[in-house]
Amino acid sequence: MSAWPFFLELLQVLALAAVAPLFAGWVKMLKCWSQGRTTPGLLLPVRDLRKLFAKDVLLAENASWIFRFTPYLVFGTALLAGGIIPILSVDLPLARTADVIVFVALFAIARFFTALAGMDIGTAFGGMGASREMTIASLAEPAMLMAIFTISLGSASTSLAQIVSSIQSGQLLLRPSFAFAILAFVLIALAETGRIPVDNPATHLELTMIHEALILEYSGRHLALIEWAGMMKLSLFCYLGIAAFFPWGIAASRDMRALGLAFGALVAKLAVIGIGIVLVETGLAKMRIFRLTEFLGAAFLMATLGMLSFFILE
Amino acid sequence: MNLELAARINSFLAALVLLTAFAMLAQRRMNGLIHLFAWQGLLLSINTAIVGFVAERHHLYISSVLTLGLKVVLLPYILHVLIRRLKIHKEIEVVVNVPMTMMIGIGLVVFSYHLTAPIMELSTMVTRSTLAVALATVLIGLLMMITRRHAVTQIIGFLALENGLFFAATSATYGMPLVVELGVALDVLIAAFIFGIFFFHINATFESLDVDQMAHLKEGD
Repeated sequence: MSAWPFFLELLQVLALAAVAPLFAGWVKMLKCWSQGRTTPGLLLPVRDLRKLFAKDVLLAENASWIFRFTPYLVFGTALLAGGIIPILSVDLPLARTADVIVFVALFAIARFFTALAGMDIGTAFGGMGASREMTIASLAEPAMLMAIFTISLGSASTSLAQIVSSIQSGQLLLRPSFAFAILAFVLIALAETGRIPVDNPATHLELTMIHEALILEYSGRHLALIEWAGMMKLSLFCYLGIAAFFPWGIAASRDMRALGLAFGALVAKLAVIGIGIVLVETGLAKMRIFRLTEFLGAAFLMATLGMLSFFILE
Repeated sequence: MNLELAARINSFLAALVLLTAFAMLAQRRMNGLIHLFAWQGLLLSINTAIVGFVAERHHLYISSVLTLGLKVVLLPYILHVLIRRLKIHKEIEVVVNVPMTMMIGIGLVVFSYHLTAPIMELSTMVTRSTLAVALATVLIGLLMMITRRHAVTQIIGFLALENGLFFAATSATYGMPLVVELGVALDVLIAAFIFGIFFFHINATFESLDVDQMAHLKEGD
C-alpha cells in the first residue's frame, strides 16, 4: 500500500483549510473595490483567526457540553467534507466511501448542532437565529438534493468522483437539465452560505441576522473555529459547484504535474467565482425573510424542472 | 450545422421557453410580465429559424421574422401602452398563491410529458422531444389565465398559450403552412387590439380591471 492516497487526502484538506480564509479575503477585497473603499488586504481573515485563537474563551454559566462541543464538530465536518469532494484529484480514497448525499448530511449535522448550541445558552438571539436557520434549511435541503440528483442522473452515479470523471470524458454539451441545475445550485448556495440576498455576513444588526445570531455567544478559539468553518463552507460550496459543473482541470492521473495544474485551475476558478459573488452582492439587496420561501421555492422548482427536462429532452 | 447539434439547441431553447413560462407564473409585476412575454417570443423566433434551417423549410424564416416583429416588438409595445394609459403598474393579484401555482405548474409538466410519451415513440423527427414542453407551455398559459384576476394578465396568459401552440406546431410538424401562420398572426394582432378596446370599456364601466367585478353583471341576487 502506497502513501499516495494519504498524501492526496492531506493535500485536499490543506487546500481547503488554507485556501478558505484567503478566498474569504479575496471576496472581501473585491467587495471593498466595488464600493470604492481601500482594502484591508487578502490576509485579513487569517489575521482575524490568529487573533481569535490567541484570546480567552468566555463561557456562559449555563453552557452545557453541547455548546463547547459544537465548534469542534462544525470544524470537523467541514474538514471531512473536504476529504470527500474531488478538489484537486478524482482519485480519492475517501470518495469511494461517501457520496454527495453524505456531503449534504454532514452540513445538516453541523447545522443541527449549531442550532442546538444557539438555543443552549438561552438568549433570545440564539433561539431566533436557530429558528430562522432551520426554516431556511428545511427549504434549502430538498432543493439541494434535487439539484444533485439532476446532476447524478446525467452520470448515473451519486459519487462526486464518478460525476467529475463522466463530465470530463464527455464533450462540452448543451444540456438543459444542467442549465437548470446550475441555476438552482447557485440560489441554494447563496442561501446555505448566508450570502446577501438571504443573509448578510457582514452585519450584526439584530433584526436581520441569521447565522450571526446563532454564534453570538461564542468567543476565543471556539469563535475562531466556527468562523473558519464558515469560510470553509463557502469554499466547499464553490468546490462542489466546480466539481459538479466545471470540473475541467481536476487531476485524473497520479502525477505531480497534473496536481499542480489542478491547483492552478482551482485558483483561477475561485477568483472568477469571487467576482461572481461580489457582483451578486452589490447588485442585490437583502431580501425580507418572508420572501425566502419564494426564493428557495424557485430553487426547488428549477431543480425539479432540471430533473424533468432530463427525462423529457435528453 | 449538423442535425445532432441542432436538436440539442432546439431542446435547450425548449427548456428556456419552459423557464420563461414558469417565470411568468411567478412574476408579480405587470412590466416584468410583459418583458418575460417578449423574451419568450424571442426564444420562439430563434427556435423557428433554427428548425427552418435544419429542415430546409424556408417559409419558417418568414414566420420567424413575423414572430420577432409581432411578439417581441409590437404586442409588448401595445401592452405597455395599455398599462400606461390604464395606469396599472402595481402588483398583480392572484387567486392562488405563487408557490402553489408553481407546484400545479410542475404537475402540468409531468402530465404533458406523460401525455406526449407515446407520440414521441412514434415520431422520427429530431425535434420530437420538445412536444411535451410545448404542451406544458400551453397548459401553463391556461393556468395563468385561471389563476390571475386581472384582465390584462389573463390576456398575457392567452398570448403565452398561443406561444405554446406555435412552439408545438414548429416542433411537431416543422410549422404550419404559411397561409395558416399568417392568418394566426393576424388574428393574434387583431385580438390584441380588440382586447385593448375591451379593457378601456371594462375600465370605464367598473373603474377596475379586476374580472371579479363582472359578477355584478349577474341578474337576481
